[in-house]
Amino acid sequence: MKKGAAKSLRAFAIELAIYAILVICYFFLVLHLLGEWLYHLEAHHRYVYATVALLLIAGQAIALDAVTTLLFRFLRGRWR
Amino acid sequence: MFFPISNTHINPIYLVVVGFVIGILGGFFGVGGSFIAGPALRLMGVDWNYAVGTDLAHIVGKSIVAARHHRTLGNVDFKLGLYMALGTIAGAEGGAQSIQALKRAGNVNTVVSFVAIVVYFSIAVFMLWESQKTLRSDKKGSWKQSAAKGAQSKEDHSAFHPVTQSIQRLKIWPMIELPTSGVRISLWTILLVALVGGFFSGFLGGGAGYIRMPSMVYVLGIPTHLAVGTDLFEIVISASYGTFTHAVKGNVDILIALVMHTGAVIGAQIGVVATQYFAGPKIRLAFVPLPLIGAAIVIYTLVTGHKL
Repeated sequence: MKKGAAKSLRAFAIELAIYAILVICYFFLVLHLLGEWLYHLEAHHRYVYATVALLLIAGQAIALDAVTTLLFRFLRGRWR
Repeated sequence: MFFPISNTHINPIYLVVVGFVIGILGGFFGVGGSFIAGPALRLMGVDWNYAVGTDLAHIVGKSIVAARHHRTLGNVDFKLGLYMALGTIAGAEGGAQSIQALKRAGNVNTVVSFVAIVVYFSIAVFMLWESQKTLRSDKKGSWKQSAAKGAQSKEDHSAFHPVTQSIQRLKIWPMIELPTSGVRISLWTILLVALVGGFFSGFLGGGAGYIRMPSMVYVLGIPTHLAVGTDLFEIVISASYGTFTHAVKGNVDILIALVMHTGAVIGAQIGVVATQYFAGPKIRLAFVPLPLIGAAIVIYTLVTGHKL
């Protein structure tokens, strides 16, 4: 039982580490590449900005859910 | 890091940690966590109008994932969700228009802060009373059979049940049959609950799950597991509308929402796993300190005017 919990904890810690690296890369991508463009949209094209904002958050939700699910499946299988 | 849309400097690690904590709360309690997110953004110097709109955008992302998982578990009453979405959108628009009026009057931060304190405090007091009373009744043995089923029970008992039954007995046309939830209730009751939840969603931010989820259980009599799933499905629709309308009004910093959401995704996984170890009334009792923390942060920023 304790061995199983330790394995799950180790898999989760690795998942967290990989996820943190991916998130840091993503920050640079989103904040540096999209930041200026989104700021411009928000200032001059509010309706386009509102649509893009919704698409971005929905797209990120689906993408990150897929990433964490895949990572979890992969690491669970690896440490089993 | 500078966020140009809301004109604020915030450490992105702080946002990820806030998102992570809210993710855990969302996974565990089935709420959006806006009572923490709003005050947490306010603490960083983000104006209330941006805190409200940005939090709504962040909630959309979180709810899409959670509602998808709940749908696969059969925890979504689509018919109820669609009726509620109508009332919520109308309420959310009313809330957003009130924020606009307060912005024009120049006292948005003070008024929203006071309303937030009253709402958060009232929810904490009510849930403390209800969960304590339900747990005491469990000990006396009045619900021994269902309590024996523990956390796996689909039957959810509440000390508020007699009031729920009285509300369901109100026969105001048109009556709506909800086979998935096993409830027959007036359309007006559904719309009123949704309208009130929607108003607070537009006014205080988030999906207003802290009001709508308890209302669905206590007022409409929906079983808790279905209330959580249906609430999340309905939040996807209403929070999307709220995000759009707030973004058009210049109240959404989507960059802050995107950064916060990265933490929420991983936190939600932990929260969902944690629910397996607790039963209904104990979860509701554990919920009590959270709105109080939100209220304490608002009082702190209101009294001192400080930010971290």
